[in-house]
Amino acid sequence: MQAFLDTLLGDAAGLERQLGYLAGMVVFGAVVVFGFVLPFAGIVTWAERRIWARIQSRVGPNRVGPFGFLQWLADGVKNILKEDIIPTVADRPLFRFAPYVVMVGFVGAFVCVPFSGDLIIADLNIGILYITAVTSLVVVGILMAGWSSNNRWSLLGGIRAATQIISYEIPASLAIFPAVLLSGTLSMQGIIGEQGAAPWQWHMFHSPFTLLGFGLFFTAALAEGNRTPFDLAEAESELVAGFATEYSGMRSTLFFMAEWGNLYVIGALVTTLYLGGWQVPQFTYNPVLMNLAQVGVFMGKSLACVFFMIWLRATLPRVRVDQLMAMCWKYMVPLAMLSVLGTATMMVALPNGSHTLRMATFAVVVGVVIRFAFKVRFHLKRARKLDYTSLSPGASQGLSS
Amino acid sequence: MDSTGIHAALRGRFDTAVGELAPGPFEASIEVDASVIEAVCTFLRDEEGLEFANLSNLSGADYPELERIQAVYSLFSYKQRHSITLRVNADRAAPVIPTVEAVWPAANWLEREIFDLLGVEFSGHCDLRRILLPEDWVGYPLRKDYEEQPDYHGISTVRESLLTMKRD
Amino acid sequence: MSVELEVHDSQGLATEEMTLNMGPQHPSTHGVLRFIVKADGEVMRRAIPDIGYLHRSIEKIAEKVGWHGFMPYTDRVDYVAAMACNQGWAMAAERLADIEVPRRGEYCRVIAAELSRICSHLLGVGAMGMDLGAITPFTHAIREREMIMDLIEELCGARLTFNYMRIGGVAWDLPHGYVEKVSHYLDHFEPVIEEFNQLLGLNRIYVKRLADVATVDADMAIAWGLVGPNLRGSGVDFDVRRDIPYSVYEDFDFDVPVGSGEMGTTGDCWDRYIVRIREMDESMRILRQALAGIPEGPVIARVPRNFKPPVGDVHVKIEAPRGEQSWYVSSDGSEYPHRVHIRTGSFTAMGIIDRLSRGLMIADLVAVIASMDIVAPEVDR
Repeated sequence: MQAFLDTLLGDAAGLERQLGYLAGMVVFGAVVVFGFVLPFAGIVTWAERRIWARIQSRVGPNRVGPFGFLQWLADGVKNILKEDIIPTVADRPLFRFAPYVVMVGFVGAFVCVPFSGDLIIADLNIGILYITAVTSLVVVGILMAGWSSNNRWSLLGGIRAATQIISYEIPASLAIFPAVLLSGTLSMQGIIGEQGAAPWQWHMFHSPFTLLGFGLFFTAALAEGNRTPFDLAEAESELVAGFATEYSGMRSTLFFMAEWGNLYVIGALVTTLYLGGWQVPQFTYNPVLMNLAQVGVFMGKSLACVFFMIWLRATLPRVRVDQLMAMCWKYMVPLAMLSVLGTATMMVALPNGSHTLRMATFAVVVGVVIRFAFKVRFHLKRARKLDYTSLSPGASQGLSS
Repeated sequence: MDSTGIHAALRGRFDTAVGELAPGPFEASIEVDASVIEAVCTFLRDEEGLEFANLSNLSGADYPELERIQAVYSLFSYKQRHSITLRVNADRAAPVIPTVEAVWPAANWLEREIFDLLGVEFSGHCDLRRILLPEDWVGYPLRKDYEEQPDYHGISTVRESLLTMKRD
Repeated sequence: MSVELEVHDSQGLATEEMTLNMGPQHPSTHGVLRFIVKADGEVMRRAIPDIGYLHRSIEKIAEKVGWHGFMPYTDRVDYVAAMACNQGWAMAAERLADIEVPRRGEYCRVIAAELSRICSHLLGVGAMGMDLGAITPFTHAIREREMIMDLIEELCGARLTFNYMRIGGVAWDLPHGYVEKVSHYLDHFEPVIEEFNQLLGLNRIYVKRLADVATVDADMAIAWGLVGPNLRGSGVDFDVRRDIPYSVYEDFDFDVPVGSGEMGTTGDCWDRYIVRIREMDESMRILRQALAGIPEGPVIARVPRNFKPPVGDVHVKIEAPRGEQSWYVSSDGSEYPHRVHIRTGSFTAMGIIDRLSRGLMIADLVAVIASMDIVAPEVDR
């Protein structure tokens, strides 16, 4: 990005150059936020509802646009038009401000989220550190929302969210380390650059320890993103809607946009750290084509992660708050330590890495995935055998005659 | 044990405080004096061979012409698989029956319900409040002479039927 | 209800008990229940149930509408399993007037009641998953429930408040081809239960959430008057259908599932869940036998329109999906019942929650309510 701006700015210097950078960044940032992030958050809500509907033998939204695709726009318009109710006993300034804090925390992460080899707003040399720091801002917003609502359910939700996100920050950060150690850099592009296009060249398969790190990071990221099975902060059946109970209209939409948009952030982080990012084989020297392919690969991997998270949400029940904490401190933190130390030891013992170990890890994972796919196929086949239509009134008449 | 055996056991212990055995269409019932109900229930629960560990129902009915309100205890023993019904009569003007909450905790809510709807005071009950109706409801609706208040907190309780409404 | 805040000291820190008002409008209270939860952070000190929000004076209405006229109101006692309430009322009146129901009528009743039981348990276990955050099992349960609703609709024209039974029998005979249709459905439904249990009941998170939570041992369950699946979950082997047989349940061969602490302690929430799942299997067994053995003949006995049972009172116990329903019906010989009292399963189950909730987490309260399968209209009547 910077290189691109440099070519545009030519030989301008001093303040002009700085202003030029700023303008370029703002424009590109705005394009990313309004052209990608916000619509994406909306589209994920639609996708989630459609996927759930498939899983749950329902139809799902199918009225607005083809396959109900424009449902998210309709919902957005509805929410904007709705009355923005602020409870009389609420702490008004905090209450009104909280959704924006959450949004800033969420959108801020996109500064360092890469889309392809060249497309990134700013490739900070502390990229991954910046993302973990700025997404923590979400906690502040949620706690503000919970506290200022002056509602005990909101307060409980806010406190749950704070404890959960802060606790899971530790295994999440620790699980970032293996990838960082292997790459020797904190920059997002640098981490991706250290991986290859072939799956076994990804950090995930470097050794069993990085595989562990991948699993821990994914789980901890789910918890940080308040996703099932860790959606305690807004556990509907327990806390009504948690910290968002008193919110209505656009403000509540902002919270949920941040939540669904966060899915992509999680997916992008996992892809960057462990799944090889945008790496594609060098099939052409045309930079545009190359970048397009990279965007496609990166998005594909991230969206697969998003799909997996939606799938999980439709499948799993929710854990209890003490189980959540026990899982974090008793299991995930020690395991994350093990993963970091193991990776470091591996790097000392085998400075060039072990190709055999790589391939072995890769083979094991592929085996598990194939086994799982067969199981899914078995259940799908069995589900198809059940005839749900033969009992509808019309069909049943045929049966009786 | 059949109902005659249960009755004989009760007679042996409580003498005339326990009334005659009355055969019923479903299960036989025994009339018990209100003053001994708790002792009778404890006896029925603890006595070897009776072991009525469960109070399966506690109902009540208003009999204005007899000037009494009757509480009906339906007991069941999961161990012996037998049942018996006890009837306790209370004076309609001021119905008071000792609580059996200490014998079966299930009686807590069942007694509250009878208190709520029929106005029987269960003396010794730890938490005798209205359970189904609001705390400040006036009257006991399942008494035969109950008359509803015309309004509750300013909300009219009169239902106007389209069939009976007078037309101008 | 007055609730005072207690201020107490723990380890030198002044803390304040938080009073949470759970309900009457709350997503997981299955109707309009209200709990006054006194919590210390996430841990509950007490959850005091406050009922009566759905009180519709059904017992008072019974005294005003007459014997036949009360039948539609019984549907509203427990609208999730209206058939059982129908049957309780019909049986009470029949026993008072000593009416014998034709055998085909009794078989129709059993078929209807068992279908209704499967319906109710499906909703119960589905909602249980929903309350614990698993959204998919609920829709799967509802999908199956809709099919059974279709079947019941064909039988009596209604999907929720059936009003199918009458004093002396049932309102309508089985429609043409009904036996085949129900058998066909049962063939379809049998593997679905297993699949459902695989999806929800054996899920590790689900088991962890329910096992060893809110354990009720057998003595406690009996003393507190728990009934039906809740009682059997505590390991008491008792089912009214088998032990005090009514209708034609004596003709059928079925087992009574009992909780045995497979995942934790006997009488925990998971046991109450699995008892319901297995009861659906048993209901299917009964249904198959009833469908195979249904005799020919009339479905309703001759009952005078001006029904006046002799003076007296009865206690009738039937096994409703939410446990033994105990009907106390007293007649003064007139065309109106003198007194009707319904002791329902949910009522006593609500009574025990105050006791059970002490020391549990707030999230567990939801699990306890769901595992007891409490339905608010049945509590309040």
